[in-house]
Amino acid sequence: MVIRFSDVSFSYSAADEPILRHVDLTIGEGEFCLVVGATGSGKSTLLGAINGMVPHFTGGRLSGTVTVDGRSTRDNPPRELADLVGMVGQNPSASFVTDAVEDELAYAMENLGVSPQAMRRRVEDTLDLLGLHELRHRPLLSLSGGQQQRVAIGAVLAAAPRVLVLDEPTSALDPAAAEEVLATLTRLVHDVGMTVVIAEHRLERVVPFADRIILVPGSGDELIVGRPQDVMAGSPVAPPLVDLARLAGWDPIPLSVRDARRLAEPLRLRLAGLEPGPPTTTTPASTPEPIAEAEHVSSVYVTVMALNQVDLRIHRGEVVAVMGRNGSGKSTLLGLLAGLRRPAKGRVRICGQVPGDLPPRKLIKLVGMVPQDAGVLLYCSSVEDECETADGECGLPPGTTAATLDRVLPGVPRRHHPRDLSEGQRLALALAVILAPAPPVLLLDEPTRGLDYPSKDRLVRLLRELAADGHSVVIATHDVELVARVADRAVVLAEGEVVSDGAAREVVCHSPVFAPQVAKVLAPEAWLTVDEVRAALAGSSR
Amino acid sequence: MTAPGRILHPAAWWVWAATMGVAAVRTTNPMLLAFIAVVVVFVVAARRSAAPWSRSLAVFFRLGLIVIVIRVVVQVVFGYRLPGHVLFTLPQVPLPGWAAGVSIGGPVTLESVLQAAVDGLRLAVILLCFGAANSLASPYRLLRCLPTVLYEAGVAVTVALTFAPELVITIGSVRDARRLRGRPTRGIAGLRGLAIPVLEGALDRSLQLAASMDARGYGRRFAAPAHRRLATGATALGLLLVMLGVFGALDPGSVPSGGIPVLAVGAVLLAMGMTAGGRRSPRTRYRPDVWRLPEWGVSLSGCAVSGAFVIAGVVGVQGLQFTPYPLHAPTLPLLLCIGILAGLLPAVLAPSPRDPGYRETDGEMLVLAQREADPSVGVPRVARW
Repeated sequence: MVIRFSDVSFSYSAADEPILRHVDLTIGEGEFCLVVGATGSGKSTLLGAINGMVPHFTGGRLSGTVTVDGRSTRDNPPRELADLVGMVGQNPSASFVTDAVEDELAYAMENLGVSPQAMRRRVEDTLDLLGLHELRHRPLLSLSGGQQQRVAIGAVLAAAPRVLVLDEPTSALDPAAAEEVLATLTRLVHDVGMTVVIAEHRLERVVPFADRIILVPGSGDELIVGRPQDVMAGSPVAPPLVDLARLAGWDPIPLSVRDARRLAEPLRLRLAGLEPGPPTTTTPASTPEPIAEAEHVSSVYVTVMALNQVDLRIHRGEVVAVMGRNGSGKSTLLGLLAGLRRPAKGRVRICGQVPGDLPPRKLIKLVGMVPQDAGVLLYCSSVEDECETADGECGLPPGTTAATLDRVLPGVPRRHHPRDLSEGQRLALALAVILAPAPPVLLLDEPTRGLDYPSKDRLVRLLRELAADGHSVVIATHDVELVARVADRAVVLAEGEVVSDGAAREVVCHSPVFAPQVAKVLAPEAWLTVDEVRAALAGSSR
Repeated sequence: MTAPGRILHPAAWWVWAATMGVAAVRTTNPMLLAFIAVVVVFVVAARRSAAPWSRSLAVFFRLGLIVIVIRVVVQVVFGYRLPGHVLFTLPQVPLPGWAAGVSIGGPVTLESVLQAAVDGLRLAVILLCFGAANSLASPYRLLRCLPTVLYEAGVAVTVALTFAPELVITIGSVRDARRLRGRPTRGIAGLRGLAIPVLEGALDRSLQLAASMDARGYGRRFAAPAHRRLATGATALGLLLVMLGVFGALDPGSVPSGGIPVLAVGAVLLAMGMTAGGRRSPRTRYRPDVWRLPEWGVSLSGCAVSGAFVIAGVVGVQGLQFTPYPLHAPTLPLLLCIGILAGLLPAVLAPSPRDPGYRETDGEMLVLAQREADPSVGVPRVARW
């Protein structure tokens, strides 16, 4: 075996409760291990302990021993384990030391003192292994997100480690790019015998590839380790496929769409003739005047056309999902609607006004936007302070923002610093700050990045409530399961142009990339979510 | 001679550009300056690659034009007034006696404007040479050629260079966030409260980078024994002295006791530090740039140009310097023009740059401003295993 935890406990400071308690774990040669758990449960801590990042870099108290290939992290800081363990983080661009692909791949080997001949050969091998040879001389900043992540993996891989540790490597990637990265990892496990330990929130992407799952329940409870089928059967966090299997009573639980389809024949028969949920009504006829519209807008970045002649009308009470690969212009479109920038051509109207011309104070009463990193909206030193400042700035009666926060997510600790909140709590606070002035239009850029399933459920419920109250919501997202659950309408962008715009059900079900798992299993019928299936079954049996 | 697919050693380009710049320093003849500029632009056009940084020449060209305009405007408004052909007269502001040599307004002569324009042109050509070096070889690649003893310093500079574009992105997102919170984004009020989030972002990034470098073996145990640290110090000090010495040699009187002794001491220190530190270094280097015939050709052609100008200055060739008092058209010394032509040789001597797999639109994007906007051009076919 390669990695061995024996009786490991860890706490960030002496006063804190230990986040890991008496962990005993062995991970063998060539295993693909998936680490799952809610945010803040200690997943990242567990991963960091493998190469000594915890506690050498983070601080804190670690008891027990972690050994990798017989070398203890107690005596070896991360740099001494660099030849054994490769570590890839969430944000590849933050980890780049050089400026070109080839140099980045060679960096670790230069530090390890690998001979120039061997180094040359290994860089070539890595380029081939990861399909990077066409990019070898490209500057790192000019690569797309998926390409950057593959370079980051290659950069640690070139040093020929025996273990690869990845902390949410696909969270910033579109579905196609994420599959590209995961396919690469599977190949490494199967062909090279690499040991891979990976943490991921979007289980639906990784579960089919995993050999074993390590469930970190949080608050120092004992880890649950086992085969994916077994762990998933009882897991509180599960991908839609597993939920569907539980509903249909399939045993063993299928982990891939292929397995599920082979079991799904009876379910498909039972569902035949049933209507998949209420028909998603996007009838502009009833509301002739759109609340927000973009007409023939084009936008240019440096010399790249980011948006080209895009038309979009958003009506009251509608939830619109904007999808497309990394760099297709989603964020640009949201930025235009929010008045952050002006279109090069065309016009944008929100409630009849041009958002780019309004002073910020008026603007926030019309349109609110939560950017990708919700944390940038927050700059006070405590939650309480943040709420009061927001009231003052927007000229709202005191307590409005705090009340909104309670509605979005009750029980956010008022004295904490926003940076100490969990991902879900921080998003809730940002949402509360933006929603307090009650803007009729709400824009969300990648809201589910880093969110665990319970937080995601809460977000879905909130967005549906807002839509029922007459708010219009526009979400730019890669998360197809979120789209399936919340969106009325889906718009797909490619290279700055709208390639499809229609009812979410039609758009996502007919795309092999964007279709949610349930739709893939139950095709050709257009079912989107497990809840729909459950409701239909309950209705028919009554 | 031109082996395709090879990149010229970055130092060769920087030597060539620097020596062309030295030639520009030595003359005030606008015809010669313009000729140098043409030669530099020609070589860049012939031998630059398609990478984003090779567009920097245009930036420096524009910067040069701005320098000329500023220089002329300053001369018109504040310049020293000598008699000559008056073009027009600005209303004059009387100044006290101690401000002799400076004036505000007054008669503007053709001579003074010409003189200022030539001064500006000289600066602009020097800037253009710097821009040429930037577009032919990225500063990163030059840093990679640093001797092993200066490795740590090189890493620090590289990290700082990558940091600047990241900072621009951070500032953009913080400004956007302020607008989304309904706060002003312009003026003094807009600047307030920008610093802390930006610094926070910067700190976050440096922590992540440090973690990544550590995990990839930076600073392993064998890295810095005492004698190596000494060697690093000697090399750095040597480099500093060499720089000071060159400065002194170029501009006599600026460095006490002249530049040459300082230069000599610096060179000795540098050599000692590099030989002591380079020995038994555990680090290895990936594909070090090689110095072969084309490199010699490129750097020597530049040296030939600056050599011609230095000698011309010593001998006192007619037309090397130009003053518009009395007003006359500048002459064109033929011999020096032929000298400048030597600077064209790199356009033939240097191997043509390899194509880094760019398409035209791709090279243009330099999307520091917005990585999201990268339309992932040239994505390889999805790797199916």
